Amino acid sequence: MYGSLSIIEVDNWGRKVHEEDPQKLAEFEARIERGEKIEPQDWMPFEYRRQLIRMIEQHAHSEIIGALPEGTWITRAPGFKRKLALMAKVQDEVGHAQLLYSAAETLGKPREQMINDLINGKSKYSNVFNYPAVTWADTAVIAWLIDAGAIINQVANAKGSYGPYGRALDRICAEESFHLRYGYDTCVHLATGTPKQRQMLQEALNRWWTPIMHFHGPPDKTSVHTETLMKWQVKMASNDAMRQQFLDMYVPKIWELGLTIPDPNLRKNTETGLWEYTEPDWDEFMRVINGDGPCNAERLAVRRYAEEKGRWVRQALIRPTERYVTPLA
Amino acid sequence: MQFESLDPRVNRLRLVRTNEAFDVGHEMDQWQTWEVFHQQARGDQHRHVGIVHAPTAEMALLFAKEQYARRMKCVNLWVVRTADVYASEYEDADMFEPAFDKSYRESFGYTQTRARIDEYRKAQGLTTPAAAETEKQAEPVAAKTTVKKAGIVIGKKK
Repeated sequence: MYGSLSIIEVDNWGRKVHEEDPQKLAEFEARIERGEKIEPQDWMPFEYRRQLIRMIEQHAHSEIIGALPEGTWITRAPGFKRKLALMAKVQDEVGHAQLLYSAAETLGKPREQMINDLINGKSKYSNVFNYPAVTWADTAVIAWLIDAGAIINQVANAKGSYGPYGRALDRICAEESFHLRYGYDTCVHLATGTPKQRQMLQEALNRWWTPIMHFHGPPDKTSVHTETLMKWQVKMASNDAMRQQFLDMYVPKIWELGLTIPDPNLRKNTETGLWEYTEPDWDEFMRVINGDGPCNAERLAVRRYAEEKGRWVRQALIRPTERYVTPLA
Repeated sequence: MQFESLDPRVNRLRLVRTNEAFDVGHEMDQWQTWEVFHQQARGDQHRHVGIVHAPTAEMALLFAKEQYARRMKCVNLWVVRTADVYASEYEDADMFEPAFDKSYRESFGYTQTRARIDEYRKAQGLTTPAAAETEKQAEPVAAKTTVKKAGIVIGKKK
C-alpha cells in the first residue's frame, strides 16, 4: 500500500472504547500484553489514537516552546563555553520537537494542524514554560531540574506501546543526558561561587519550586482515564510516582549544595519510604495552563511571528506536483 | 501593545498583541515528508531513523544531516519520498510464515548425513580413518548460527 494512512475520518471522532469492535480490541490489547509494539498502520482503538496524538503533540509543543525561556539568556551567557553549550541545548530542544511532531503525524494529524492548534491556544504545552527565566540562574535551574523531571517522564514513556513515540524518545533521552550534566554543572558552579552567585541560584530555585512540583501533573486522585491509558501502555507511570522518583533523586542533591527548598513540610517519611510535601497550588496550575500565566501570550506570539514570517519562504519552495502522505514510521 | 520581554531578541521583534485567529493556510505549508536512512559506519546496513519535511531531495538531505547526524556517528544518508515507499501491511504479516515444513531448503534440514556414513561404514566393516574430526573443523561457523536461528523460528511456530 502507499504510505498514506488517510487522515482520520471525521465520523470516528468521539468513538468510545465500548463502541469498538470487541474482537479487534481484544487482539490489540493482547498484542500490548505480549509486549509487542503498535505501529502506525495497525488497527487501534480511536481513544488510543486520540490520547497519543494529544500526548505526543503536547510534548512536541513543550520542546519548541521550552526553547524560549532558556534562549532568553543566550545573548548574555556568562562566557563563551556556556554560550556554546546553551545554544547547543536549545538547538537540541527544537530538534526534539521535530522528532515528536513526526511521531504524532504518523497517527494522522498533519503538522500544519498541530501548529495551528498551538498558536490558537487549542493545544497545551508544559506549563512550566509559561514562567519567565528572570536571571541566568533560572536557565541553570531549568536545565538541571526541569530536564531531570522530563527525563524521568521520557525514560518511562520510551517503553510505551506506540512504536514511533518510543523510537523518538530513545533518541531524545540520549541527548537529554547532556542537558542534565550541563544544567547540574552550571548550578554547581553558581552554588560554589561568590555569595552573590549563591543568592542568585537560591532565588531562582525559590521561583521554580512550584513549577517543578507542577511538572508531572495533578495528583493521581484527580487524574481521569489513567487506568485504561496504563493498560494500553500509553502512560507508563502515574504522576505521583514520577514526582516521588524525582524527589528521591534530586532533593538530596539540592540539599547537598547547602540550598534550601521553599517547602517546610518537605521530608522523606522513613516508614513509608515516600516523600511528604505541601501540595503546590493546583489552582495556579489550572489558571496558567488555561492561558493566564506570566508568559503565555509572549511565547505564542514568538511562535506566531516565526511561522508567519517564514511562510513566504516555505511557499516559494513548494512544488505543486508534490503531495502530502502520512509518514510511515 | 508591545511585549516587554526579558529576551532582548524578542523585544527587537516589536511583537504586538493580537487576538486574530492564526491559520497556516493550505495543506503542504510544511511540505511533504522524506524517510531518512542512516549508515553509521562503512560496511553497515543503512537503517531507517525517521522523517524530515522538505521541499526537495537536496533540502531533505540537509535537514536529515541536522536532525539525525548531529550527534550519532554517520558516514552516509539516504532520503526517500514517503509517497514513493510501497510497503506491505502488518495485517498481512502471516504471509511471511512458511506454509509448510520447508526444512529441505535450510541447512538444519540435513542433519542425518553423518549417521548414514557411520551406518554404512559399520555394515561394510570399513577401517579407513573417519573424517568426522576434519569435517567438524571445516564446517562454516555462519551456517551453524543460521541453523540455530531458523530452528527457533520454525520449531516454535504457533
